[in-house]
Amino acid sequence: MEKFRYLPNVSTLKLDESLCIGCGSCTLVCPHSVFTMNEKKAHIADFDGCMECGACMNNCPVAAIDLRPGVGCAAAIIQSWFKGKVGVSCETETCC
Amino acid sequence: MATTSGPIPRIKTELDKRDRIGSLLVRLGANRNNYKVSPGLYALGRPDSESVVLVTANYKLTFDTLRKALNGLNAWLLVLDTRGVNVWCAAGKKNFSSEEVILQVKNAHLDQLVSHRKLILPQLSATGVSALKVKKGCGFEVVWGPIQAGDIKSFLAAGFQAGKAMRQVTFTLSERLVLTPVEISQTLKSLLWLIPLMFLLSGIGPDIFSLANLWQRGVPVSLAVVLGVLSGTVLTPALLPWIPFRAFSVKGALAGLLVGLGLMLFSLKTIAFLPALALILLTVTLSSYLAMNFTGCTPFTSPSGVEKEMRQAIPLQSVAACLGLILWFISAFVRTPV
Repeated sequence: MEKFRYLPNVSTLKLDESLCIGCGSCTLVCPHSVFTMNEKKAHIADFDGCMECGACMNNCPVAAIDLRPGVGCAAAIIQSWFKGKVGVSCETETCC
Repeated sequence: MATTSGPIPRIKTELDKRDRIGSLLVRLGANRNNYKVSPGLYALGRPDSESVVLVTANYKLTFDTLRKALNGLNAWLLVLDTRGVNVWCAAGKKNFSSEEVILQVKNAHLDQLVSHRKLILPQLSATGVSALKVKKGCGFEVVWGPIQAGDIKSFLAAGFQAGKAMRQVTFTLSERLVLTPVEISQTLKSLLWLIPLMFLLSGIGPDIFSLANLWQRGVPVSLAVVLGVLSGTVLTPALLPWIPFRAFSVKGALAGLLVGLGLMLFSLKTIAFLPALALILLTVTLSSYLAMNFTGCTPFTSPSGVEKEMRQAIPLQSVAACLGLILWFISAFVRTPV
């Protein structure tokens, strides 16, 4: 996926390395290999690869990861503007 | 097949003609919201208490891809009720969730059927499923399987190990192009009114309204609309990695500009500057907007990024669209040299 890069420095991903217990779940679930393990701690190796899907946060047993998950979809975001929802998911019938 | 937990339907690993026609229709955009299989447990081959349990969504396209990829294997397939939506999107909507996994494991009496306590879940369901919650809720350990169904056999052969390549999403040319028919059909549904409207608008001119104008000016402007749609929904997705700039709206605008200039170059009649500019603006705007919409189909755009891009692009697209329409309207009144 190195060929496909989206806007840099926009992700809301945060990792508190002091909380990390080194289970490695984030490295398994991330579809963009954003994390690497180094000396039994997770590190963010590719911050701009993050698409904010939230899989890592959802599977971190010690809540060391924080981000605002959602779908990167223009139609869903327009909906969220009108409905005033945060982190809206695709709810239209025509969507995925 | 009969089991200690009652009869369980056995499924084939070959797809027949009906499956293929169904897949084709769904890919074209028909019946997409109602292409489901019943949730519950299925047997693949002749599974026993030692066989692996694979969990999946009840979108029939997903189900078919999976069973086809597992040809020759003995396994249990636990199909969740994801309302006929694929794994990743259902996980994003929290329909492919920890709660749903726990519910289906209990409904199927899986603890009596298999001796082990492992479930293989597709990696992309991790957005909706927490391995910790599933373990607490039903005692089964979640093993994250590969992203692609086609990698499952090698994943199993390697003792539940997936290499880095199996854990990363891809977005190849064929993966992009397979999405375009649905994009086109959805765009047509919402933009089809634009073409008759452009024809009507084109009839307005110095003679108030003329059918000759409607035809002479309606054809090129409709062509500009159609080309804008094709540029945004087919050309931009196809050429995505090669078009410069990262914002999809910019990529779409560039593709639209290319197509618009092409239309001017190859049009049978020479078009004057003003209407030409109007047509190019319309093609560029449509292409830019639809390309921006394609972000929802890609596996790599973040919501923060899309929102940032939209805040900058939508005002510009609106101005360009208005300008294009105004110029097109005015150009009917401007005497053009023949």
